[in-house]
Amino acid sequence: MGEFKVHRVRFFDYMPSAIRTMAFNSQTERLAVARADGAVEIFNFNDNFFQEKVIPGQDGRATEALCWVGHRLFSAGLNGEITEYDLENLRPQYTVDAYGGPIWTISSNSQGTQLAVGCEDGTVKIFAILEERIQFQRNLNRHKGRIISLCWHPSSAQIAAGMTDMIKIFDAETGHATRRLLVDRAMGASKNKEVVVWSVGYLSDHTIISGDSAGKVQIWNGLTGTLVRTYLVTKWDVLSLVINASQDESSVIAGTSEGTVIQFQFISSTVDQHDKEWVRTRTFRNHSHDVSALAHTDTAVVSGGMDTQLVVRPLLDKVEKNTQESALRKIAFPHRSLVGCAKKAGLLLFQFPDRLELWKLGESEGHVCLMYPYFVCRFLQGEDHICCSALSACGGWLAYSTVSSVRLYRIQYNNTISINKVSKLPKELRSVHQLCFSSDSSKLFASSCQSSVIVVAVSQQECRYLHTLKHKTGEWKARMHLLCASDDGKWLATANTDCEIHIYNLHKMKLHCMVPVYNSCPTTIAIHPVTNNLISVHADQQIFEFSLVQKEYTQWSRRLQAQGLLSLWLERDTPITHITFNPKNPDHIILHDTYMFCIIDQSLPFPELNAVLWNQMTLKSLPVSQRIGQSHAFKICKSFQHLMCVSLLEDLSLVVVERPLLDIMSQLPAPVRQKKFAT
Amino acid sequence: MVEHGDIRVVHCGGSKINFRDPVITHDSRFLLCASGEAVKVFSTSTEECIHELRGHTGLVTGVLLRPSNHLQVYSSSLDGTLRLWDFTDGILIKTCVIGYPIYSFYASDKHENVIFIVASMPKRFQLVAVHLPQSGDQMVEAQELSAVLSGVNPNPAAIAFGRGGEFIASVNDLQLEVYFFKKQKSYRFFLKEDNKKGGWNTFTCVACHPKDDCIATGHEDGKIRLWRNFNHKKEYTYSTLHWHHSTVSSLCFTPEGTNLLSGGVESVLVQWRYNQESERDFLPRLGGAITHITVSPDGSLFCTSHSDNKITIIQSCVKVSAVIQGLVKGDSIRTDLMMDPRSKALVLNGKPGHLQFYSLQRDKLLYNLDIVQQEYIHESGLQQFEVVKAAFDASGSWLATVEERHQKAAELELNLKLWAFDEQTQSFVLNTTISAPHDAQITAMCFCQPTDSQTTLLVSTSKDGHFKAWQLAAPAHTEGPSWLCDFVSAYHGLVPECCSFSADGSLLAVVFQEVVTVWSPSTWELLTTLSQPPGAVSDLCFGRLSCSKYLLGTTASNLLCWNLLTCSLEWTTSMDVRRLVADPLSENMAAFCYQSGSTDLFVFKPSEPRPLFSHKAVCSGKVTQAVFAPREEMLESCEESSQWLNRSQLYFLTQQMDLMTFTTKAEEDRLLASSKQLVIDDSVAMTPFYLLLGKHRQQQQEHQDSDSSLWAERTALPQTSASMKELLQTPAHVLPSTSYLCSMFVQSLLISVSDARSAHAEEEMESEKEEEDSEEEMESSRSKPELAAAAATESDTPALTKAQARELRRVRKLDHSWLAGLLDS
Repeated sequence: MGEFKVHRVRFFDYMPSAIRTMAFNSQTERLAVARADGAVEIFNFNDNFFQEKVIPGQDGRATEALCWVGHRLFSAGLNGEITEYDLENLRPQYTVDAYGGPIWTISSNSQGTQLAVGCEDGTVKIFAILEERIQFQRNLNRHKGRIISLCWHPSSAQIAAGMTDMIKIFDAETGHATRRLLVDRAMGASKNKEVVVWSVGYLSDHTIISGDSAGKVQIWNGLTGTLVRTYLVTKWDVLSLVINASQDESSVIAGTSEGTVIQFQFISSTVDQHDKEWVRTRTFRNHSHDVSALAHTDTAVVSGGMDTQLVVRPLLDKVEKNTQESALRKIAFPHRSLVGCAKKAGLLLFQFPDRLELWKLGESEGHVCLMYPYFVCRFLQGEDHICCSALSACGGWLAYSTVSSVRLYRIQYNNTISINKVSKLPKELRSVHQLCFSSDSSKLFASSCQSSVIVVAVSQQECRYLHTLKHKTGEWKARMHLLCASDDGKWLATANTDCEIHIYNLHKMKLHCMVPVYNSCPTTIAIHPVTNNLISVHADQQIFEFSLVQKEYTQWSRRLQAQGLLSLWLERDTPITHITFNPKNPDHIILHDTYMFCIIDQSLPFPELNAVLWNQMTLKSLPVSQRIGQSHAFKICKSFQHLMCVSLLEDLSLVVVERPLLDIMSQLPAPVRQKKFAT
Repeated sequence: MVEHGDIRVVHCGGSKINFRDPVITHDSRFLLCASGEAVKVFSTSTEECIHELRGHTGLVTGVLLRPSNHLQVYSSSLDGTLRLWDFTDGILIKTCVIGYPIYSFYASDKHENVIFIVASMPKRFQLVAVHLPQSGDQMVEAQELSAVLSGVNPNPAAIAFGRGGEFIASVNDLQLEVYFFKKQKSYRFFLKEDNKKGGWNTFTCVACHPKDDCIATGHEDGKIRLWRNFNHKKEYTYSTLHWHHSTVSSLCFTPEGTNLLSGGVESVLVQWRYNQESERDFLPRLGGAITHITVSPDGSLFCTSHSDNKITIIQSCVKVSAVIQGLVKGDSIRTDLMMDPRSKALVLNGKPGHLQFYSLQRDKLLYNLDIVQQEYIHESGLQQFEVVKAAFDASGSWLATVEERHQKAAELELNLKLWAFDEQTQSFVLNTTISAPHDAQITAMCFCQPTDSQTTLLVSTSKDGHFKAWQLAAPAHTEGPSWLCDFVSAYHGLVPECCSFSADGSLLAVVFQEVVTVWSPSTWELLTTLSQPPGAVSDLCFGRLSCSKYLLGTTASNLLCWNLLTCSLEWTTSMDVRRLVADPLSENMAAFCYQSGSTDLFVFKPSEPRPLFSHKAVCSGKVTQAVFAPREEMLESCEESSQWLNRSQLYFLTQQMDLMTFTTKAEEDRLLASSKQLVIDDSVAMTPFYLLLGKHRQQQQEHQDSDSSLWAERTALPQTSASMKELLQTPAHVLPSTSYLCSMFVQSLLISVSDARSAHAEEEMESEKEEEDSEEEMESSRSKPELAAAAATESDTPALTKAQARELRRVRKLDHSWLAGLLDS
């Protein structure tokens, strides 16, 4: 198999930011997650929970609420603006100021014609949703105190608004408050503290469900304005509350400050009778901190909060048991690579939302350390956050991009490090989604809007626009999220979120071919340096090998598809984010996800479908004859965990960038105090 | 071998009352619980046992109120019968023979005349519906059996009827099964075995809400799950309540379903509000791990059974109103069985760290003596102080106890405590605490026996190879007298196993493995050594009274008897004696031998070669604790085989911690007769106190009657005259004029002498006839006046003379046959 010298890198102190709010679109099965730094991530629940899109954040843009209207995504924040996102080009399309102070909540009616926002000054503002924009329509009657939460009645005739100490029901037609539901304050010492209704839900049978800062979930009759039932679920706050509105409205989940998610179900108390009542049923405990965002899909509870992880907890009564669907998923890291590696120079580039860090790897001989890894430089970015970055293989060039601009740096290492910003960039290079250098560092590829790739020649003297690669002119296409250039400089592969992979011939500067479309989004692609085969790994964990020369799947790929991948491989819940090749042994492909890295040996047979993957240490202890029988194409190593990147340098040493979850946990603020038994 | 005739081994008082959950009657006045082979009826207000429902011949495994008649109760037993009782009068109404041992049983309003029993079919336990036959016979046999569920848990807490008897819920291991009677369909729900620690999700108990479709289950990790929507295969749902840190052992809903009660090893009764589960009430410090919880049908009384054989009755979850305490049996009884010479109570380990004094006559716990005097922590797996040895001196004025704590890492902690009996408070008061009296565990301890001498001596032997004698030292200037070590000795570094004083206290025998050393306690001189290899001597006993020259010892294979006068072995037999006890009031000794899985009993005199009594297979398992308890009144038994029971009674503990004893047929008859005399007054709970008063009153009445009968010879009773009655009982306003009445009254007082005579004679004749009817071989030579005299004395102490006379007759009869036999030969 071969042995590698390993650079175990733990100085990438990547810190994901807390999940602030989320919204689930049941039609498209997309989940939008807003983080505290203003970034919005879109997860595709149809495609193995793959993180399709990331809209980079911006300093000062704190998203407080998200709302889907059909395919359109709106957000509102404490800066008082409503933003609609351009989900193709991954940037805010426009912003509208509501002129009501900070906006706490946003909600659309079921028809998708009106948008209601709750403002700090106590107004509920209604905006009409038009094609391409929104327009202010009217204010509902203004009340003292801020509007914290809003929910439309499914008939769009009423709006329930949660405020401090009360819930108000507005008539959406007249704008008058029809009912006022007073919420009790907490008992005991906090009697004088006003209670905040953090979340409110309005069911079609006019039941109102509220969660408040006194730790209560209350069920109200909205027609009479009476309290039906109170559940005290926590000593702290009930921060979020979601109804499974797309189904029969028979389940409500509430997230608390203690990190628990509590489910309430509308079930009949006796078997044959039909009078149903709300009963507290399950408690999910998957978070250590506040659960501030919740979504209720048909089959699962999705929760996120201060501890930055997105947890998908399937409801076991809705899914088939003991399948991949019934497994709990925790999404802790982004589904893309944040680490760039200069293979020739031994440099690492770490991408943070607001900065880039360049590190030089150390050197050692045996156990003697010749040179410690050291920090080279940092590139600070201003208001807009970084969306992508690239480092050339020689380490001489560095490029990164924000929503609006691209920067290119020339780095020279002669005793001292000199960094020069390339000031004059071609004007085509403005808004890009992905950057990639050719292996000889002479060209920079940038995937631009309109599904095109811009080729720029970089050299000491100048930076020159060469060509724009387009596969079809005029036709609107999804953006490219992956770029990959071959080592010999002949080929460029691009993948877009419509699952298409295109191959360009760089010598001829035109489309070479298109890989047959597979129905799952590719998570990473790479071109083999020797055989010029394209390896693509998809969100459903399938692996394909496509011969660029013959324009067809290779024999190996066909055999793999015929036999199928082993179940242990398919059951992994994090996508492969990076592929490298072993220059010494062209049969070896090195891939990694968060929890393991794997060397696929193309010369060995595939394992049985339900084979157990042996540890290499266990295999070594087996007798030789048995070891040969056990050897197969998949060599999995789990000794490194929480991987951000695995790459093979030119000198055949392996770079493993780890970010232990415990380190992330330790940097989080302290959770609310909870009484633990026997402490 | 001697036949055991009519001697029977019986469960005696102090059998478990916490074995199955008790039942409270509809009027909340009585509490019924299974106790050994009987059902005991207690008064909920006075804690007294009113009567026992006897009749089962196996362990009673359940008590249930009859759903259709709340004055009747069913009981089930391992003897394979269901019995229906009238519990107010204690009458057996009906016996239904099932044929299988019943482990638990259930009934519901909805299923009339159907009882659901858990019986062990081959391999597994099944829940079987039994249709009770509708015949008026006392004894019926159930024919219609139909299996409902198989593979159920025999624990009665594992099955419960749901709302109105529409479904039945059963838990077993990791599975909950709900069977709907109407649809005849069952749903099964499985829990994952918690793979981190294994088996923690295991179900332990189940309870169903009386109004809603909600099942509460308790689990080994202390969680309570409330299951709902369980009529769907997949869309069932449950919520989890967690307060208990250890296994939830019992769950119970209140009759209206407003509260859920739960209990476990924490000995805290937790009351959860249904549908408002974050609010809960606690009733802590109940004194022992809770094993069962029941609620009275009106919901006013809660009742918890505890692992220390106690039933606590709680009023409205706030106040403990009554405690019914049985003989406390821990997991293991480390002390020997002992008799307190003063109170004649049985003394043994009680609650953790306590000694209990249990009155065998009254079948009631007298009191617990706190030996350790430390707070006991209700958590399994903790090493806490335990009382391991105790001994009384002959007069009962001193008590010595040994407590130890043995933690894995730490050293052995050992305390010897001496307690003096305080006449004023009538209890034992701590006199001396000797910490670390020995370096290793104490193996045996005994007081010097003589009652006359003033100095009391205590000898303790220990695994450290020494035995020590302790003596009461002269009082120091400030404090009273305390105990000090008087003498320490060892013998060749061997470990002493047990010690014994002779009856007069002049000799002390200490066993050092194979060697018995005999010492003189007055001079501490080693008098002689006795030994009979192979095998270490494990138990030692001096003979009493006429056999006091003998010293008996047991080894693993032999029973040895030495003659102390000749210092030689008198006789030996080969048997595996596990326990040897001597009767303090006679020469008799009892030896419990373990043989092939069961224990045999031999009662013998050391001087006689043949045993007085032997009983094969007294019980299964080994017997290591036994005691002779002196009787309060001597038993008059002339059968040879049962004479050894005349002066004292033998009690022993089986391996299952059941206290057993031997009774004779005559004794049982007497008991049965006395129990039949009870007449229940509806208004007053029948307590022994009432019976005592009642008896007293009856005796008074009888006394008066007999007195008046003597008077009757001279004067007829004016009270009995009809005119008197008329005069006193008729309302005043309807009475005739006083002058008319006056003459009548005076006339009534004037009774002719001849009239009275004839009446008396008639009476005599009748009694004579009776006698003749009953006794055939009555001698005709007896004169009438004699008879009359006999009758007169009979009226004074009727029971005694009758018995004596009968005895006499029997003796005569026996003599006669013996003579005849002699003549024939």
